[in-house]
Amino acid sequence: MAFYSERVMDHFANPRNVGEIKDADGIGEVGNPVCGDMMTFYIKVKDNKIEDVKFKTFGCGAAIAVSSMVSEMALGKTLEEVMNLTNADVAKALGGLPSNKMHCSNLGADALHKAVENYNSKQVK
Amino acid sequence: MKRIYMDNQSNTKPDERVFESMKPFFIEYYGNPQSIYSFGSFSKDALETARRRVADLINADAEEIIFTSCGTESNNLAVKGIAGALKAGGRHIIISSIEHFSVLNSVKKLEKEGFEVSFIPVDGNGNVDESELKKALRKDTILVSVQYANPEIGTIQDIKKLVSAVKESSNAGKFVAFHTDAVSACGTIPVDVKDLGVDALTFSASVMYGPKGAAALYLKKGVRISPQLDGGIQENYRRSGTENIPTIVGFGKACEIAKDEIVKNGKAVQKLRDKLIAELPKRIEHIYLNGARENRLPGNVNFSIEFVEGEALFLLLDAKGIMVSSGSACASKNLKLSHILDAIGIDVAVGQGSILFTLSKFNTEEEINYVLEEFPNIVKRLRDMSPLYSYFLKTGSRKAAGPGTDFDDHHDDHCNIEE
Repeated sequence: MAFYSERVMDHFANPRNVGEIKDADGIGEVGNPVCGDMMTFYIKVKDNKIEDVKFKTFGCGAAIAVSSMVSEMALGKTLEEVMNLTNADVAKALGGLPSNKMHCSNLGADALHKAVENYNSKQVK
Repeated sequence: MKRIYMDNQSNTKPDERVFESMKPFFIEYYGNPQSIYSFGSFSKDALETARRRVADLINADAEEIIFTSCGTESNNLAVKGIAGALKAGGRHIIISSIEHFSVLNSVKKLEKEGFEVSFIPVDGNGNVDESELKKALRKDTILVSVQYANPEIGTIQDIKKLVSAVKESSNAGKFVAFHTDAVSACGTIPVDVKDLGVDALTFSASVMYGPKGAAALYLKKGVRISPQLDGGIQENYRRSGTENIPTIVGFGKACEIAKDEIVKNGKAVQKLRDKLIAELPKRIEHIYLNGARENRLPGNVNFSIEFVEGEALFLLLDAKGIMVSSGSACASKNLKLSHILDAIGIDVAVGQGSILFTLSKFNTEEEINYVLEEFPNIVKRLRDMSPLYSYFLKTGSRKAAGPGTDFDDHHDDHCNIEE
């Protein structure tokens, strides 16, 4: 059996929503180059929903696939729904991840949460 | 789809002549070489012919060859066996910081049994410094083990000089054994144990166009070793167990072929290596060669590609039919950056983008051209989605931990992987 599931390989080889949003409403970043992966998420919010999402990721196959899947899962969701999304949900949607990748590369939901928190912090001001 | 195999440090394609030589020993001549009837003697003759060929490759005598199952076993036998035999003279062992796991984990086990181990550093090219070795020597040192050539960064040590340093520095009359793991060197570059002066040397069939399942430990006449397998009389009591005749025969054939072709193949492979080393930096910016430029294994090309990660690189290369390896943390099973890259002091973030091409006599210039054509596109594709690269393009500087990065918060569960 291959190291990664077919769905992981698909999202890795053909990642959805790669890029940056210049006038993003929220930006979230997790990871560190020293660890071997880093994800930056950009969101546009309209009517409490994710209207657009883009990401840039430095990392292994799993890290890139996770980012792509998170972006797909977030699009059109309410901010509350997005905040309830967990890293485990993302791994499940990808058809599972190798056990040694569950913790190190599976940070997409965290990055997305940070983007929402970044957006929320601007609203309070 | 194309299949371009450039991961020859992990295992080479066996030569067809090797495969042919092995065939009769599966279902035709299957006798046990220790049996006395004539059928057994077919196997015995094949075993001793192979032993002579294997010895010839490294200029050893046939009785100095102990057959084992793999390089890992030979290294275990050398390190634990010599330490066990010499422990009355002391319990101190010296190894370099870029040894294979089979040497590294053997000495770690010995540490638990009361031995003391010194790890000598290497310089930025991966060379062991002779003076560091001399400094590490103690009155109770019994064994030094330094790898002949490193499979990951290609650096070839000056083993002869290091052996002299040990033999000259050791106390008068005190024997300090010198072992070298020559798995990556034997069959690739000429190796002569008499010229080197080593006491023990590991080499393996599986990376010199031979089969998996056969390797050897050269043990100089007169050097004592305690066996690691308790059993019968095979290999003169030094390695018990029924001999794996087909693979040993294949190993012998691989050594015979290597002896004839090593110089010719070395030159051809080195030409391909040098083309990759020269051309890749012209096509890809911000890439750095790891390991020594001179005194480098003829097939070894190891670059760190900045702003991208090694596993992602080799997965995309694999999709193009190109099989390579990486020293990045994500590419390893234990999620740690390769200890070799760590030992040569490369920036950890940059090391995550390491990619290793190891070439063999079966690679062609056409394949090199294909890599030169495809690889820059792969790097570009990953850089286009890398936040580190866009940060670099915008600011001209390298990102360490930017705004919003909770490096401290996440470090433990994210990056600090428990053993």
